[in-house]
Amino acid sequence: MLMKRTGCYRVAAVMVLGMLACHTNTRPPVSDWPSHFGFGKTATSRQIDSLNISIAPDGKGLPSGSGNALSGKAIYLAKCAACHGETGAEPTANRLVAPMGDTTRVKTIGNYWPYATTVYDYIRRAMPFNAPGSLTNEEVYSLTAFLLYRNEVIDSTLSLNAVNLPKIVMPAKKYYVDDDRRGGNEVR
Amino acid sequence: MTLDDKENAGKKIPRRTMLRAAAVSAAAALMGASGVQRGGQPAGGGTGKVPGVDKGTLPDANDSTQLYTDPTKITGTLPGKLGTRSPFEQPVKKPSDISSRTPLQDLYGIITPSDLHFERSHAGVPRIDPEKYELLIHGMVERPMVFSLRDLKRFPAVSRIAFIECSGNFRTGKETMTPQEICGLTSQSEWIGVMLSTLFREVGVHPKATWFLAEGSDAAVMTRSIPVEKGWKDAMIAYGQNGEAIRPEQGYPARLFLPGWEGNTNVKWIRRIELSDQPFMTREETSKYTETIRDHKIRQFSFDMDARSIITYPSFPQQVEKGWIEIRGIAWSGRGKIDRVEISTDAGKHWQKAVLQEPVLDKAHTYFRHLWYWDGKPTEIMSLAVDDTGYRQPTMKQLIQARGTDMGGYHVNPVTAWVLKGDGTVLFKPEKWK
Ligand code: HEC
Repeated sequence: MLMKRTGCYRVAAVMVLGMLACHTNTRPPVSDWPSHFGFGKTATSRQIDSLNISIAPDGKGLPSGSGNALSGKAIYLAKCAACHGETGAEPTANRLVAPMGDTTRVKTIGNYWPYATTVYDYIRRAMPFNAPGSLTNEEVYSLTAFLLYRNEVIDSTLSLNAVNLPKIVMPAKKYYVDDDRRGGNEVR
Repeated sequence: MTLDDKENAGKKIPRRTMLRAAAVSAAAALMGASGVQRGGQPAGGGTGKVPGVDKGTLPDANDSTQLYTDPTKITGTLPGKLGTRSPFEQPVKKPSDISSRTPLQDLYGIITPSDLHFERSHAGVPRIDPEKYELLIHGMVERPMVFSLRDLKRFPAVSRIAFIECSGNFRTGKETMTPQEICGLTSQSEWIGVMLSTLFREVGVHPKATWFLAEGSDAAVMTRSIPVEKGWKDAMIAYGQNGEAIRPEQGYPARLFLPGWEGNTNVKWIRRIELSDQPFMTREETSKYTETIRDHKIRQFSFDMDARSIITYPSFPQQVEKGWIEIRGIAWSGRGKIDRVEISTDAGKHWQKAVLQEPVLDKAHTYFRHLWYWDGKPTEIMSLAVDDTGYRQPTMKQLIQARGTDMGGYHVNPVTAWVLKGDGTVLFKPEKWK
């Protein structure tokens, strides 16, 4: 059984070799597999809600709440400045502020990030580095507003929320292209 | 002659008795000897009291000067619970704050010992209780489900030997760099687990789903968006590595394994998969793991690892002598099999095909060798990999020409040259691009 399956999987792997094939291997590798093994449990909506923190670029998943740069500044000074500098533009290992067009070559939210929703998502899931997951949704809106303001993407008074955050067009968005290299004798 | 042979040859002291007595003293000697590490523990479970043998009649194993003199005159270490490395062999990873590199120049063959597998994490290695571990699959599926580790192991399993390489795997800057320092963020294992397609069928992935989010349960709550097609094709939820459970540094108790794709997408400590009809544009696929190319463009979702090779012998800091040298190294491609490796021993003027050691596997480190007579004159040696899509490993010059001088640091895979000096010194030839 194991031999059979592994062999089949190898054949399948060879057949779909090459990214060009728009292939979905939805059929089981061995014809006598059951349609379901019955292992695992159906997830309850509470289980899903407790883990599902993802935010899509269209704003799906953004929580309610709001915050602006002014409230963000206070939180930033208290919880972020120790590592990222007082203004965020200091030459720290993880510099957060450099507006598009300024002379610095460091990649930041202002000159490199294509979506504003990512700022919210990343701060909420991973920052502050020494206490990840400790911020409230309101605090994250405020910090997002502060960092977008400092990067000259929004003005200081804008109160960010689930509706207007995904509408922000980030300065670097226009530079993004999908990788379309597919092997073969070319260097790109 | 083995011990058993000796026994058969009619030694007077009953073997078991002698071994047991020696075990105690030998173990003590090993532990006492400075610089000698022992992972196993004294075998035999002996109390030291061995009927019928006076310890004084055995060689003094506590005498550390004896340890490496004549091994036939002292009973060796008895079987232990864990194997050990010879104290003369000390291959180690090279850690920084964010990663730790595989000592490529110290390895034989294509499998990376699990404790030497490179590491890269964004918020350290989490401690996860396998009993509490769960993988949630939800979003555009018929039945959102949670799988315990036990559940995952009940599904039909597969195994596959393939490399994982960090896409930021190129360092340069000075001559005194080892393969480990230049490109030690690649390692190879046999990965064992359940095909993600098996789990996709179990939950009933919606035909309109085009992407899935893979999320880790480390403090970075690492996330990457992956085309669903890869999930159906050859993705695996791996829980085994080289014959044992995946190591914590590699994602214990389970990780996503995407053969040939940049290391970061192989999300470790995976806790959640969400099917969707759009990518999530996480920080790790926008701010990081994207590369600037010509015309200010930023290239995103560069999943495939481009073909690459590195000569690991001779390399810095090794020293060679005039005469026959077997040039050795590894080559790999995230797009398929290595078709050939070309070697130049005259700074790129002429190229010859290296011998590829079987097995030559898809998306796997492949060992190559090339026998060469060095006349002792200063020269440069280098290797160039070609994969079965026809892709040729580029030079740094070709990369800069193609991507511009603002070329980012990801997916940089240049032909790497070693300079052989007249005195046999081997130095890295660093090429600048910034
Ligand atoms: C203890 C130090 C520390 C503190 C405090 C801290 N950070 Fe960070 N931050 C880091 C490190 C380290 C990284 C890089 C992590 C990585 O690359 O995985 C980072 C990365 C970031 C990034 C991504 C930068 C980029 O260009 O990709 C953002 C945004 C960020 N931090 C925001 C914040 C905010 C907001 C706070 C306060 C709530 C904060 N950080 C507090 C250490 C810190």
